[in-house]
Amino acid sequence: MKIKKNTVQNVITYLIVIAAFVLCQWLISSGRMTRSLKGQMIPICVYVVMAISLNLVVGISGELSLGHAGFMSIGAFSGAIASAWLLGGFHMENEGIRLLLSMIVGGVFAGIAGVLIGVPVLRLRGDYLAIVTLAFGEIIRNVLNCLYFSLDGSRLHVSFNNPNIPGTILVNGPAGATGIVKIATFTAGFVLILFTLLVVLNLVNSRSGRAIMATRDNRIAAEAMGINVTKYKMMAFVTAAVLAGMAGALYGLNFSAVTASKFKFDTSILVLVFVVLGGIGNIRGSIIAATLLTVLPELLRAFSDYRMLVYAIVLILVMLATNNPSMRSLYARFLPKDKTPAPAKGGTET
Amino acid sequence: MVSFLRFLINGISLGSVYAIIALGYTMVYGIAKMLNFAHGDVIMVGAYIAYCSMQYLGMPAIVSVLAAMLVCTAMGIIIEGLAYRPLRSAPKLAVLITAIGVSYFLQNSALLIWSSNPKVFPSVFDVGAFRAFGGELMITSETILTIVANIVIMIALTTFTGKTKVGKAMRAVSEDRGAAQLMGINVNRTISITFAIGSALAAIAGVLLCSAYPTLQPTTGSMPGIKAFTAAVFGGIGSIPGAMIGGLMLGVIEILGKAYISTELGDAIVFAVLIIVLLFKPAGLLGKPVNEKV
Repeated sequence: MKIKKNTVQNVITYLIVIAAFVLCQWLISSGRMTRSLKGQMIPICVYVVMAISLNLVVGISGELSLGHAGFMSIGAFSGAIASAWLLGGFHMENEGIRLLLSMIVGGVFAGIAGVLIGVPVLRLRGDYLAIVTLAFGEIIRNVLNCLYFSLDGSRLHVSFNNPNIPGTILVNGPAGATGIVKIATFTAGFVLILFTLLVVLNLVNSRSGRAIMATRDNRIAAEAMGINVTKYKMMAFVTAAVLAGMAGALYGLNFSAVTASKFKFDTSILVLVFVVLGGIGNIRGSIIAATLLTVLPELLRAFSDYRMLVYAIVLILVMLATNNPSMRSLYARFLPKDKTPAPAKGGTET
Repeated sequence: MVSFLRFLINGISLGSVYAIIALGYTMVYGIAKMLNFAHGDVIMVGAYIAYCSMQYLGMPAIVSVLAAMLVCTAMGIIIEGLAYRPLRSAPKLAVLITAIGVSYFLQNSALLIWSSNPKVFPSVFDVGAFRAFGGELMITSETILTIVANIVIMIALTTFTGKTKVGKAMRAVSEDRGAAQLMGINVNRTISITFAIGSALAAIAGVLLCSAYPTLQPTTGSMPGIKAFTAAVFGGIGSIPGAMIGGLMLGVIEILGKAYISTELGDAIVFAVLIIVLLFKPAGLLGKPVNEKV
């Protein structure tokens, strides 16, 4: 039996993630990991999922999205509300099931937002599409700042711009979701990464995935071949939104309070940086870049005040080193052959 | 009625600042085809330079504005030469990320130099206020100055791009870079000049912005930067009159929306209007529709 090249690559990706998880678990249980790094474990999982899902939009579908953090915030808020409601209204004590259900709720709501936003956004092209996703991200943040949720017994109350609602406040307008019971675990984050990989890698290597990449490479040619461009662009966009929502729910349930200002334009950009540095369209690259760049500011603590400055300089230098034509020809001289990035061969397996 | 007039004038004043920033965005986009996310931070640096030269060196307002323009112009040329020029033929996203890197760099440098404590920007051009309707309608001199500055800049830029040799070269490069080069235009120099002009405008915008909203922080530039970018897209990115109209409309919509609909949702209203406009005119108000070639 001949094993497909893609399958081998995907298995390697899964193995890397599993090995990293086992390694981290061992470091934690043997007490070799510092406290601050241990606190980074769940955010790393969240950012890895965010990066993979954004890569589906930017790399595989070829549309620049600058509002991905918006979906994350919807997931975080709806997940936090769902978790509190399940506990308060239905007395669901089991934290694992509650976390799972909250993440599903977060994913569903982010997916609904993805459909609503995708319909107008995907009609646009290029930079205009980018600015509209940015605009939607900002709108989501503004609207979340005006929302109030409270739990009165098992009844959930919602109000817009009016903090006077009965019961315990769950979401308090600009103060964000408060009093969250922290139930997120590193294992859940690991499972979410595996789930994301399963969804994205299978989508990319399916008939639909090839259609998505065909519309990216040449929209007109793909249309001429009878591919429904809007449908496939929507598929990638909404899938990414659902995954970002699930990651957001995990993120929200990792803190006792979450405000909408945590999901600003900067957060979307941060995730985009992971995707670009990891290699556009390269899922494994996204995982590695998200992990390293989430840990990097932590490792740069020795520089204290200068760490974000160093981060910025590293970012610029990496971009210059990898994209400058004269640097590229320098690499080409030392490397036997120029490796093309993964997306180019993604769809044409034999 | 009087309060509506007051909001309208405030809106035009804020819109004028957006328009001046948007001009920088749109010129750079038109010529270099890149989204210069660091533009908002150039505004912030310009405001800090003006602040320092007024507060610490005791220079008069006009001189400090000129100093800010000078520093920002130099900065614009250096940023373009060091960070963007090596990436001229690189993929668009790589340039975008580099611009974001530059933006982080400027913000964090400002954080180290001037700390995160907000500085209170001194009133630059306070020469009393204009009053009408028995003192009910008060227009500050800053407001008038902002609007006048906007009109002057607009006329100057239109004349510059339309009549001078350098301006024509800029238009040629933005139309077709390759053909312009074949005609003997120095493309790199032209792009540098565009960045210089855009950055000088950003410095002016920074001073005007901070005299209207006098808190100065390292993050001061980022939100107006995004709004101005929105304004540029709104008017049709790459078009100078488009940036002007987009900026003014955005400012008016923002102030009126905050006054009459909801204070918290002011920004959301601005972005919602942008989305609606783009749905009906996908290339912005004055943008040229691009025909797709097969």
